[in-house]
Amino acid sequence: MLLDIKNLYRRFGGLQAVSDVSFSVRPGMIKAVIGPNGAGKTTLFNLITGTLPPSSGVIHFKGQPIHGLAPYRIARQGVARTYQNIKLYPGMTALENVMVGRHCRSRAGFLSGMLSLLWTRKEEKAIREKCLELLGLLDIADLAEVEATSLAFGQQRAVELARALAMEPELLLLDEPAAGLNIYETAEVARLITKINAQGITVLLVEHDMSLVMDISHEIVVLSFGEKIAEGTPSEIQHNKEVIRIYLGEDDAED
Amino acid sequence: MKRHLPLILLILAVIVVQLLTRWTDTAFYLTPLTMTGYYSLVIVGLCLLMGYAGQISLGHAGFFAIGGYLSAMLTTKDLMPLKETLLLGLCDKLGLLVQGQDMLGVASLQMQPWAACGFAILATIIVAYAIGIPVLKLKGHYLAMATLGFGIIVYRLALAFPLFGEADGISGVPGFPLLPGLAVSGDFNSRVSNYYLAWGMVALVMWLLVNLIHSRVGRALRAIHGAEGATNAMGVDTARYKLNTFVISAVLASIAGIFLTHYNGGIGPSEAGIMKSVRYVAIVAIGGMANLWGALVMGAVLNIMSLRGMFGSYDDAVFGGILIVIMLFAPQGLLGISLSATFKRIFRRGE
Ligand SMILES: Nc1ncnc2c1ncn2[C@@H]1O[C@H](COP(=O)(O)OP(=O)(O)O)[C@@H](O)[C@H]1O
Ligand SMILES: [Mg+2]
Repeated sequence: MLLDIKNLYRRFGGLQAVSDVSFSVRPGMIKAVIGPNGAGKTTLFNLITGTLPPSSGVIHFKGQPIHGLAPYRIARQGVARTYQNIKLYPGMTALENVMVGRHCRSRAGFLSGMLSLLWTRKEEKAIREKCLELLGLLDIADLAEVEATSLAFGQQRAVELARALAMEPELLLLDEPAAGLNIYETAEVARLITKINAQGITVLLVEHDMSLVMDISHEIVVLSFGEKIAEGTPSEIQHNKEVIRIYLGEDDAED
Repeated sequence: MKRHLPLILLILAVIVVQLLTRWTDTAFYLTPLTMTGYYSLVIVGLCLLMGYAGQISLGHAGFFAIGGYLSAMLTTKDLMPLKETLLLGLCDKLGLLVQGQDMLGVASLQMQPWAACGFAILATIIVAYAIGIPVLKLKGHYLAMATLGFGIIVYRLALAFPLFGEADGISGVPGFPLLPGLAVSGDFNSRVSNYYLAWGMVALVMWLLVNLIHSRVGRALRAIHGAEGATNAMGVDTARYKLNTFVISAVLASIAGIFLTHYNGGIGPSEAGIMKSVRYVAIVAIGGMANLWGALVMGAVLNIMSLRGMFGSYDDAVFGGILIVIMLFAPQGLLGISLSATFKRIFRRGE
């Protein structure tokens, strides 16, 4: 198992945002987490990436416990993410934003940076080239020198994705990558996620667009009020009574 | 390389200014110019911390004072009463102490300037880590207030201890022989060499800092400024990066304090005062926050005007006023913002 989550809990005051959630992610798969707004999906991502500590429960990545570690340590082990509310660095170009993602794959420190040693200049050049290549992969190479936060919404999403890919992660967490996109852009995102996955990157995905989720994911976990209520393949989930009840409302399900 | 063009201009300007003072027979300008060079070290270090890493410090005069006061005290005050202490005993064995005579011919004991300089920097690093580790967990106003508190403590300590000269400060600080034929001192005959020494250090530090902000580390610092959480999630140890930057800027302030104290032959409590810290912050702000060259240029202009007494008794008020105006109309700093946008903002407020 690449990612293994057991009995995970997270409270906010009186609110159980994540409650006794367990599931695992096999290497190489696309797994989706779905559920109504407020179900605890983003909180789950924050727990996996170390942004929030769990109230209790354990998370293993590649067999090693990662719960309670600082986000930068988890990132260095190969976990990258994008945000539901885009978090790009203002005042930096799209290319510079992506280059920050390369941080964990490079090593120039304060001293070598100050002295601008030959190897740090070479490393810097390699970082730049790699990130330009990634921007090309996402069809936004022409925006490399534009300030990232001034880009159109869809383009900002693409920059964030490029930044996460620059980390060369083993596990990529995508929090609603198609939110706010039109159907063409959504189809493009679906194609892209499949392509990324085909390169060997395991994907854990939160998404509201059901057709996208059903099309591309191998397995789905359903959360409701912080609890896992179902897990299975897309067709199992489509026929799960409990899931239908939550998504279509109680009345429809009882008939 | 393009990014080092301003550095070449700086070196040329330094040379041209010196030649001008010679041709126009205004060599008396070299003293304020040299002092300005040392203050510039504090300012560009603070600029790295504030403008790039996004962490404010209202206590940088404290680090300047730690450097200046320790170096002055160790090279000037009689250390004979402390001779039996472990630390000084060790220094004695290592040959770091010198026997001298005071004015009355009584034997006295001082530390070698190089050793004193080393101690002062070491003490600065220790204090900067000790203060930085807890304080840099804070953000915004809280960080400003905590660093302000640190500055006040250093100021009160300088005033409280006879060893630091209380309200009089320390005077009679000897020169600092750096190399054969080159000593940091206010000696009339070494005015030119001290001018070049100070501005040579500024050029060196600018080279180092400009390299740094264009490196992987500099990019991470700007990212921390923009979105700290998202930077940590990219694998950047944000706490360590902020701390290292804080210590680097503290050491630069301390080195400035050490050199300026030997140059002036003394240091007084006003160098440790809050108004000095406010002044440094105001200059970084007016220089454009994330703009090392802007901070250097504005710092040089304002410091020379201040040292030449152009602000009269309103000296501190001028810098306080600058800070208020910048915060009201251009919180991102003055150089580098578009003027039209500022006017729009002002008029929108006026409606
Ligand atoms: N930092 C926080 N502090 C307090 N409550 C939070 C915090 N983050 C999320 N919540 C609450 O936890 C619940 C789950 O939120 P979230 O994980 O964002 O849901 P989802 O992403 O599934 O829409 C919501 O009720 C939300 O208000
Ligand atoms: Mg969410």
